[in-house]
Amino acid sequence: MQMNGAQALLESLKIENVELVFGYPGGAVLDLYDAVYKSKFPHILTRHEQGAVHAADGYARATGKVGVCFATSGPGATNLITGIATANMDSIPLVCFTGQVTNPLIGKDSFQEADIVGITTPITKHNYLVKKVDELPRVIKEAFFIARTGRPGPVVIDIAKDVFTAMLDFDYPKEVQLRGYRGDFTGNVQQVDDVVEALTKSKRPLFFIGGGVTLSNQTALIRDIVNCTGIPVVSSLMGLGCVPAKDIGFLGMVGMHGTYAANMAVQKCDLLIGIGVRFDDRVTGKVDAFAPKAKIVHFEVDKAEINKNIFADYPVIGDLRWSLPIFKEKLQAAPVDYKKRFEDWQVQVVDMNERNPLCYKTNAQYIMPQQLIDTVSELVDDNTIVVTDVGQHQMWAAQYFNSRNPRQFLTSGGLGTMGYGLPAALGAKLGQPQKKVVLFTGDGSIMMNCQEMATAADNDIDVKVVLLHNHVLGMVSQWQRMFYGKRYSQTLLSGKTDFVKLAEAMGMKACRIEKPVELHSALQEALNAEGPMLIDVMLPGNEDVLPMVAPGAQLDNMVLGGVEE
Amino acid sequence: MKKYILAVLVDNKPGVLTHVSGLISRRAFNIESISAGYTEDTDITRINIEVSVEDDRELEQVVNQLGKLIDVIKIVNLGLVDSIVRELVLLKVRATKESLADIRNIVDIFRGKIVDVSPENVVIELTGSQGKIDAICEMLAEFQIIEIARTGAIALSRGPIPVKNM
Repeated sequence: MQMNGAQALLESLKIENVELVFGYPGGAVLDLYDAVYKSKFPHILTRHEQGAVHAADGYARATGKVGVCFATSGPGATNLITGIATANMDSIPLVCFTGQVTNPLIGKDSFQEADIVGITTPITKHNYLVKKVDELPRVIKEAFFIARTGRPGPVVIDIAKDVFTAMLDFDYPKEVQLRGYRGDFTGNVQQVDDVVEALTKSKRPLFFIGGGVTLSNQTALIRDIVNCTGIPVVSSLMGLGCVPAKDIGFLGMVGMHGTYAANMAVQKCDLLIGIGVRFDDRVTGKVDAFAPKAKIVHFEVDKAEINKNIFADYPVIGDLRWSLPIFKEKLQAAPVDYKKRFEDWQVQVVDMNERNPLCYKTNAQYIMPQQLIDTVSELVDDNTIVVTDVGQHQMWAAQYFNSRNPRQFLTSGGLGTMGYGLPAALGAKLGQPQKKVVLFTGDGSIMMNCQEMATAADNDIDVKVVLLHNHVLGMVSQWQRMFYGKRYSQTLLSGKTDFVKLAEAMGMKACRIEKPVELHSALQEALNAEGPMLIDVMLPGNEDVLPMVAPGAQLDNMVLGGVEE
Repeated sequence: MKKYILAVLVDNKPGVLTHVSGLISRRAFNIESISAGYTEDTDITRINIEVSVEDDRELEQVVNQLGKLIDVIKIVNLGLVDSIVRELVLLKVRATKESLADIRNIVDIFRGKIVDVSPENVVIELTGSQGKIDAICEMLAEFQIIEIARTGAIALSRGPIPVKNM
């Protein structure tokens, strides 16, 4: 069928089951937006390209589908960079289309020209510059395949402006042909056998689950394996929700702000079974002292993660969709009563968890941040999606929000991108319109993409923005308090910004909560209100996120704190 | 530090060298040399990379990270199989009537060739191992080397099996 490049792009998206695109128009993509207009392709206009890419990311995390965004050449494309890097660090499938100047102008420092393939090479799974319209269908087919298979990630397609208007005989390829990449990622069964064998020798095994479990939709299987073995579980930030936070054997998040029991269990276990994790430095603390008594099992789709940070005694290289079913089958076939075998160990760590819970002190004067998260956690149903920005509120949300399901807790883990939260929450809500979406953000983070309140208002995207308002860039000021002699360099905010007025100016509803006594009822009312709303919750500015393992310290060297209520 | 030569077969597409060289720099791998050229298969380019690594784990990381690139079809570490390693150098050396005979002697000993002569200089072509090239450079230093162009090391395994079938 004869059509132009812009139409071919939209046709390709339809074939890839793309239901919604986030974007921002500009000179190099005028023809693409003309096609969007003519075909009424569903599109959300954000107020900044960074908002578009984070929204696509939130959409992808909430739905498991590939997120798609459009931006123009030059500054439009460079505004995507933070969002692409965010998705890349957390292995989120995105396909980002950017306009490029016309073919004859490429390389001439033309108006709004930037070498976006060059710029995005280190932060994408793959990228393309399309200079001929005939390549477009194949490139799009490959891009979606690459983005969603194996270890997912962002793919950028940069398209010269004249490609959008050039005509082609559109024929979408049925299959991809890539000599250097295959999508199935099956591995060596012997590696799974070795893990089962190692487990029969272990007395104190521990599951360490991460974002890979969510990305590969293997939560149900993990829960089965946990239930049938009785092996206790710790989680990375990205793995929260894979095992319900209230499960008996679930010890919480591990690492810098992990729970006492989770960190101690890692240090005491004799077999640490990492599943879909990458042993990030925020998890391991001092690498040489990480899990010192344990042999390490590493289930991982990306071969390059094996032995990158932590040496794996038992690597299982392959997609979890391949390895975990085999693992479960072999566990069940083995003539071992795992539950009985690991019972003492489970009792020991669960007891440790119960004796050392996360805790904080409440008082009548101030709402405590942890109390706020606790209250929200109590008020919302199991299907609610929680999105966070980055900083102290993110860690409190990770610690105190009771994540019950995968794709329920969306956060920028690897890159730690302030400003991620609001646009990602919009994307999540549009991807899962029947679910309630709550954003936890701070008075630092919200300002980094506050323009997206206008997007929420204009499109009536029902997100509840819970602002943890403490007049301080909290996480950095905590480090200054702990490691820099309380020299609060550039971390104190005056508090002159009125966030209620800001939200209202953008067309959102807003309210303020100041007193502990009104917290529960006011939150309940606000969370149940119709439409997008900002809830400005006033908090004290000097609270620390605890426990804390100092950077580079070993996991059992925690600064604890708080007092049981 | 140990050195290895990796034969990296990649799709002959625009942007491939950017992807490969970008990866090496962002992962902070040490490379001694990198060279690329067409192969017997028109749509495959062979990139020869000489890497310096601390240990086997770092070597494994280099290979695995390169392997993640979508354009990379195959990587073989030719440092681990019996192979022939060569580098080509072109040397521009100051030469006078008096010194020319001495220079020619040295070039002959190293089995190089003088490929250009002018009243003030010669251009020497030499192929060999890096050690041999380093040695001739040392010998010619006294005559004043004006300019050096080296290709970096390339390698082929011994025996009939090509890298793509290894």
